[in-house]
Amino acid sequence: MTLSSGAAIAVGNLSRRFGALEAVRGVSFEVLAGETFGFLGPNGAGKSTTISMLCTLLKPTSGTARVAGYDVVRDRAEVRKRIGLVFQETTLDDYLTAQENLRFHAELYGVPRGQTAPRIEDVLRMVGLLERRDGIVRTFSGGMKRRLEIARGLLHSPRVLFLDEPTVGLDPQTRAHIWSYINELRQRESITMFLTTHYMDEAEHCDRIAIIDEGRIVVEDTPEHLKASVGQDRVQISTEDDAAAIVALRDHFSIDATVSEGATVFYVHRGEEFVPRLFAQLGVPIRSVSVARPTLDDVFMNYTGRTIRDAEASGSERLASTPWMRASRRR
Amino acid sequence: MSEASSAPLAGALPHAADADADADAGQEPPGGSGDPWHRASPAAVRVAGGRWQDDARAVKMVWRRELIRFSRNRLRIITSLVQPVLFLFVLGTGLSSLVGRGLGAAGSDFRTFMFPGVVAMTVLFTAIFSSVSIVWDREFGFLREMLVAPVRRGALVVGKCAGGATVATLQALIMLALAGLVHVPYSPVLMCTLVGEMALAAVTITALGTALASRMAQVESFQVVMQFVVLPLFFLSGALFPLRSLPTWLAVLTKFDPLAYIVDPMRRAVFANVHTTASVRALFAGGVTWNGWTVPIGVELGLTAAFGAALLGVAIYAFGRTD
Repeated sequence: MTLSSGAAIAVGNLSRRFGALEAVRGVSFEVLAGETFGFLGPNGAGKSTTISMLCTLLKPTSGTARVAGYDVVRDRAEVRKRIGLVFQETTLDDYLTAQENLRFHAELYGVPRGQTAPRIEDVLRMVGLLERRDGIVRTFSGGMKRRLEIARGLLHSPRVLFLDEPTVGLDPQTRAHIWSYINELRQRESITMFLTTHYMDEAEHCDRIAIIDEGRIVVEDTPEHLKASVGQDRVQISTEDDAAAIVALRDHFSIDATVSEGATVFYVHRGEEFVPRLFAQLGVPIRSVSVARPTLDDVFMNYTGRTIRDAEASGSERLASTPWMRASRRR
Repeated sequence: MSEASSAPLAGALPHAADADADADAGQEPPGGSGDPWHRASPAAVRVAGGRWQDDARAVKMVWRRELIRFSRNRLRIITSLVQPVLFLFVLGTGLSSLVGRGLGAAGSDFRTFMFPGVVAMTVLFTAIFSSVSIVWDREFGFLREMLVAPVRRGALVVGKCAGGATVATLQALIMLALAGLVHVPYSPVLMCTLVGEMALAAVTITALGTALASRMAQVESFQVVMQFVVLPLFFLSGALFPLRSLPTWLAVLTKFDPLAYIVDPMRRAVFANVHTTASVRALFAGGVTWNGWTVPIGVELGLTAAFGAALLGVAIYAFGRTD
């Protein structure tokens, strides 16, 4: 495995095992400087384990990883100086003010004394919290805390910013707000970002994504290419008898359909033109039909044979997923 | 908002910022009229790291955080006073009438005897509470923010211990201020001696708490530490009763209590400054004995310091191994 030295992140055959469980099974990828790279997958797919290894918080069982040019095992301290972290869970001191939390970070990361105050002001302004700098963090909303953590992650001018599920647990509006900040950040600072998400729509914000499932990278490309690779439209039908409908689809159209989330789903070219034929020839009463252009959900389905939601439901996952959020988006 | 619509990403999320449910209505959304991003674009800072100055900064900041948290929690300062005040003025007064009768007219105020014990108790409880707060830091995630920083773990532990010790000393100072109420004179030499001994005790006990906290995963473990470590240390220390003429089993146990070597020097300092009879002084402030030999104050303080240094080493080692 050769790793190019110019990459911001270069990972070769990285694995991590917890006892009998193989959380990450040999992943390899590269992230170029300035790129925003997303790890997309259901809860329990190995995203957080991978990010923990890249952030030097967890030692790999095997394989190599270099971040900002340094090995995550041998040069831990060098890596740590060059990365910013926004964790899945909040890691702020609730009893300190926003400014004090940043000050703490600046001192521990050795931001030069003369630059500490202006830099804190800069990052607070960047996330729109300058006016609340003296507010005790305990009084902040979830979205404000997350923004403060993003500001803190940037405080020491890291080369790579890691965001582990940056919007998990936030309401849809706040999530959109956080994303507008991340996108602005991408444009203003020449920073490499590595993020994980299990929200399909969020993966669309990335330059490139890797779909990870059961500890392996299933596919890796730009969101556009991935969607184009599916090529077909997604048709979802609801019928009087789904089992009969699936048989009929196979017999009359040679189409393999699956049942997902209570509906029969299949993929065809030119879905709109197919629908009239469907009504004419299926022979099973149809209650409703919807046709959609490929989304990343379909990409996931295409490569793993199930939806991300089913993958999460089937996985022995202790984290509570939030299907209502995705369900509401689907409409 | 013409600027906003021309910015591709802000345009894609037209209402995202405005609709944020946060309470900061006065803030400008990104890409808004006074686009904060244009003004911001912060100059990159260069991070040094790895030198002793960086570790010193980390120590100082971790220490400062403890003080900020202490000063912000007034209720804790007051509630932490309730217990020692009850011990000194309720239990102490109650026992005084009993003990005074046994000793005859010469019986000194038993509360004078209890005073250094209660001050030591304040140090003990505050220091343990401060250091075990690491477990809360772990629970609420902040420990992770500290552990991933590019500084030596030892610097974090030293900062935490220094902070906890400072807080415990400050809290005990409030108790010390009550000295006059129990006939302990405010002699400058005595006060300075006691403050020095309090500080030493605070460092040692904070190191003990930090070493314990390094192995505690849950907040519930705090109760275990209180019941199995703190209370036995307190009861065997001689804070509440003289360690002379005890049954052998109890006398032996008290000699293994590190806190006994903190309470004793403080008590001997107090009794060197109050007027009482030789017999009372011998009973109340006779010192810890090893096989009949009265341990000198210097040795007691040295033992405390050595114990503290050893525990600090354990704590640094233990935190160096956690992730």
